[in-house]
Amino acid sequence: MIWTGVIAASAACYGLKLAGLSLPQRWLQDARLQRTVPLIPVALLAALVATQTFSSGQHLVLDVRAAALGVAVIAVALRAPFLVVVVAAAGTAALLRLIEG
Amino acid sequence: MGIAIASGAYAISFGAISTAAGLSLLQTCALSVLMFTGASQFAMVGVIGAGGSIWAGAATAALLGSRNALYGLRLSSLLNAGGWRRPAASHFVIDETTAMAIARDDPALSRFAFWTTGFALFTLWNLGTLVGALATHVVANPKLLGLDAAPPAAFLALLAPRLRAREPLAIALAAGLVAIAVLPFVPAGVPLLIVALLVSLFGWLRKPR
Repeated sequence: MIWTGVIAASAACYGLKLAGLSLPQRWLQDARLQRTVPLIPVALLAALVATQTFSSGQHLVLDVRAAALGVAVIAVALRAPFLVVVVAAAGTAALLRLIEG
Repeated sequence: MGIAIASGAYAISFGAISTAAGLSLLQTCALSVLMFTGASQFAMVGVIGAGGSIWAGAATAALLGSRNALYGLRLSSLLNAGGWRRPAASHFVIDETTAMAIARDDPALSRFAFWTTGFALFTLWNLGTLVGALATHVVANPKLLGLDAAPPAAFLALLAPRLRAREPLAIALAAGLVAIAVLPFVPAGVPLLIVALLVSLFGWLRKPR
C-alpha cells in the first residue's frame, strides 16, 4: 500500500515538473495562477508545522514537541543551517523526555 | 558546491525521519530517487508518520510539487531542452537548480549551472538519504531520540525563507490556525488538504494589487 502511494506521488511530482517545461507558456503565465501557486507551499508547510507539533492522531495535545518547536524557531531566527535546526529540536524533545522520565 | 553539501545534510534528516515514520529503507530511498523534491518528500513521510492515510500524504506531496511547474515555466526558455533532454531535465526542476540557473545572465552559463547543480544534488541527496535511513533503521524507539519533534522543525526550516514579507507571514499563521481548528473533526492528513483548498481559493479570488 505504501509502495502504491510512493509511486503515485512520485509520478504526480514528476508530471508537474514535466508540465512546466512542456505546456504552452501562456497557460502557466496566467496572472492568477502565478499569484496562487507560490502561496500553496507557504500554507501547507505552516499547516504541517502546526499539526505535527500540536496533535497526536485526531487529538490536540501539548507536549515536549511544543518546546522543541520553540527551540527550532530560535535556531531559524539565528539562521542556523537546516540540520542544526532539526537536530536542536529533536535533541530538546529527547532531553525533556529524559528529564520527565 | 555549498548548496550540494547543505542538501546532503538535509537528506540525512529526511532519511532518518522517513524510516522513523515507518517507511522501509527501500521505500525511503525510492522517494529520493523518484520524487526528488525535498518538501514533498518530507510532507509525504510526515503525514504517514502522524497516522494520516498514504493518500493524504501523496496528495500533500503533489500539492507541494505544484511550484515546480512554475519553475519549469521560467526555465524552459533558458534551458531550451528539447528531445531526450526534456524528460531528463524535468526530473531536476527543483528549488535549488532553478535558483542557480536563473541567477546567471548568459543562457549557456544557466544551462551549465542547472545541470551541474542537478547532478551534484541528485547524488548527495540520495547518498544522504541512505545514510539517514540506515542510521535510524537500527533505532528501536525513535521517540526516545526526539525524532517525532524533527518533522515540524524541518517544515519550519523549509518555510522560513518564504516568510520574508508580511503577506506570506499572515497566510502561514492563518493556515496553522485553520489546520489546528479542523484537526479534531477530520481524519489525519485532511486538515492539510482543507488548508490547500482554502489558500488556492484565496489566491484565485482576491483582487490583484
